[in-house]
Amino acid sequence: MRITRYAATFAAFGVVLAGCSSEAGNEVEDAAQETQDVAEDVQFDEGTTMAELAESGEITIGTKFDQPGFGLLNPNTEAPEGFDVEIAELIAAELGIAPESINWVETVSANREPFIQNGQVDMVVATYTINDKRKEVVDFAGPYYEAGQDIMVAAGNPEGIEGPEDLAGQKVCSVEGSTPAQNIRDNFPEAELITYDVYSKCADDLANGNVQAVTTDNVILTGLVAGSPDEFELVGNPFTEEPYGIGLEKGDEEFRSFINDVLEESFENGEWAAAWDRTAGAITGEEAPEPPSVDRY
Amino acid sequence: MQFLIDNFPLLRSAFLTTLSLAVASGLFALVLGTILAGMRVSPAPTLRGLATFYVEVFRNTPLTVVFFFLFFGIVEIDLQFPSRFIAAVAALGLYTAAFVAEALRSGINAVPTGQAEAARAIGLDFGQSLRTVVLPQAFRTVVPPLGNVWIALAKNTSIAAGFAVTDLTAALQRLANVNADQILMVFFAIVLGYLVITLPSAWAFRAIETRVAIVR
Amino acid sequence: MSTSTVLFDLPGPRARRRQRIGTVLGGLLIAALVGLALWRLGINGQLDPARWAVLFDLRAGVPQALGEALLNTLEVAAVGMVAATLLGALLAAGRLSDHIWVRIPVTAIIEFFRAVPLLVLILFAFLFLPTVGVPMTAFRALAIGLTLYNMAVLAEIFRAGILSVDRGQREAAFALGMRKTQVMTLVLLPQAVRRMLPVLVAQLVVLLKDSSLGFIVGYLELLRQARALVEFFNFRFGDLYTFQLYVAAGLIYIVVNVLLSQLARYVEKRTARSAKTAATEQVEEPVDVQMGQGGGGVGAPR
Repeated sequence: MRITRYAATFAAFGVVLAGCSSEAGNEVEDAAQETQDVAEDVQFDEGTTMAELAESGEITIGTKFDQPGFGLLNPNTEAPEGFDVEIAELIAAELGIAPESINWVETVSANREPFIQNGQVDMVVATYTINDKRKEVVDFAGPYYEAGQDIMVAAGNPEGIEGPEDLAGQKVCSVEGSTPAQNIRDNFPEAELITYDVYSKCADDLANGNVQAVTTDNVILTGLVAGSPDEFELVGNPFTEEPYGIGLEKGDEEFRSFINDVLEESFENGEWAAAWDRTAGAITGEEAPEPPSVDRY
Repeated sequence: MQFLIDNFPLLRSAFLTTLSLAVASGLFALVLGTILAGMRVSPAPTLRGLATFYVEVFRNTPLTVVFFFLFFGIVEIDLQFPSRFIAAVAALGLYTAAFVAEALRSGINAVPTGQAEAARAIGLDFGQSLRTVVLPQAFRTVVPPLGNVWIALAKNTSIAAGFAVTDLTAALQRLANVNADQILMVFFAIVLGYLVITLPSAWAFRAIETRVAIVR
Repeated sequence: MSTSTVLFDLPGPRARRRQRIGTVLGGLLIAALVGLALWRLGINGQLDPARWAVLFDLRAGVPQALGEALLNTLEVAAVGMVAATLLGALLAAGRLSDHIWVRIPVTAIIEFFRAVPLLVLILFAFLFLPTVGVPMTAFRALAIGLTLYNMAVLAEIFRAGILSVDRGQREAAFALGMRKTQVMTLVLLPQAVRRMLPVLVAQLVVLLKDSSLGFIVGYLELLRQARALVEFFNFRFGDLYTFQLYVAAGLIYIVVNVLLSQLARYVEKRTARSAKTAATEQVEEPVDVQMGQGGGGVGAPR
């Protein structure tokens, strides 16, 4: 059959190329990961979520798989990496659970709240903005980070966009369902909003000149700028506050205050800052900011 | 109910976007598909090969992949569509044309050989016998499959929502995100939007089918 | 293909010459277009071998990741196919039942699952079933969605296949004193199933394409994995490998699906030769079924 011959040719071509090396290959080989110290002999009160998790030795955590610096899937390890992931690993470590025993689940679209409500995940650490609407169905520990909505433009800022007011009449891209997109829709209706499902498509459109700006949380934009510093730049004028929290089942007070304790401890002993430096900080080259204060509502 | 009234402008424009997406890409697919079907039965081996290649490639590729290439791939050869809507029409049309061509080809093959032989016998050439004898009959036998392709196309327009075209599915996502308490109502409105397109189409095609059916 | 060969005479010497000239000119035109596209790609640096090498660089993990994603795609398609075939056969038998209280609900089930978009079925399995205590994973949700949609489609195809068996076969079987079940299992099904084989293989192509809807629930199939790789590399190198990775994913789909289509055609040829199917008519897979559910879908907002 002819098809098989084509396939064979293609395969042979592949074998030849397999000897080649690429920039990506070299880089991945160099990358090394630091790991957390896992607590041993942890003790929790009978019947609490912590006791159950520690007992089973496993935890299921929902996070983003497509957010550089926070939660990005590494195809080599098949695990996500980033600041969110490090925070989650910190909490797991306090439960006596090693990073290898964490089941990572990608949280997408409408599934963050249902996931928590249905008990499909034990917690969600996924650039998850705390707001009152969400608090009606889930509880939040933290915040562990304060982001703010910002704007990314083409390098050199040809349209001279300095803030959201300058977006009037411009095409601006964001992700459907995100709080920044809703903010533009509600408060800056003169801007022409274009929404995709992922930010990488927005970045492509900005590079192609189909849109003049991309808007979302500054930390996410920073990740995009870091990928293509010649093409994009950040306006650097955040105009909202987006506190990132850890989502968990509504009403689980003990688990919430446990996570809050772990977060506060990490703020103080420098683990939080170290996690930042290894991940999001490594992209921007900026030092770890002042940690936010935990909101024990 | 209040909710539906509040969001009526968005729902109406989303519905119109879905409808015009389906109609525009449907017409495009019909024209291109007919040309491809003609090429597939033509005397020139090059044309046959080209059409077969086209149909095979598009039949075996997920529609999303086609979308990806038209939105983000062709930039690499310095081409660009004037708007997202047109790019979406192109993606849907190019994909659907392969299936229109397949439907037509099976229709052409279903026309009894005697018809073509008779057409040739009275001296019509390839183009004439295809245009005046075979295709008119083929179009009749392919009314049901073409109707089904049209309905599938109407459902497939939802892919455009992933590429920044505000169609019904995009509206579904937007509304579902801000109105978690009204989620059933949102679904109801959106599904109704699709049904308004597909159900009358199904009836219309059934009616056409009974009118043009050839009794053999 | 009977009609199409009647439509024109065997080309004579002049026509053949014209065709040859046309072929050459057309070939040149296509070559020029392809060349132009390649040239533009080259100008944009997309043909840089180092960019393509990443697809085969074991250290970058791309071949492994894509290979594994292909296995994930095949796995969910295979599970969906087996379950859909079994359930589809049951539904087809139910729809052909003599009892109206079986026929009507079964018909309703088939029509319902054909009308509802696959995406909705997947989300339903993923978000609703856990609330009634069914443990759910992305794989299961996708497999359930694919099964429900395809069982309805296959039920219709099976029904057509059973009805395509020559009426005389059925009448002869009844005349021999066979019971309903015997007629179905001993006479009709064995003949129909042979005829259905190519269609079943072809349906796998549709399943494979549709499995790319799995991204909505975070299932790492081929397309989602390609996107994951793009995002992973984008963040380190910009869009250095974007084009290459999507091209690779598209090519893998095409190669696998063309091979499957080829297999379907081969099976079809073999069954067509077999005397055992002489009493059945040709059953083709409906074109709209081949279109699938778009094999991809709407976005996953943050």
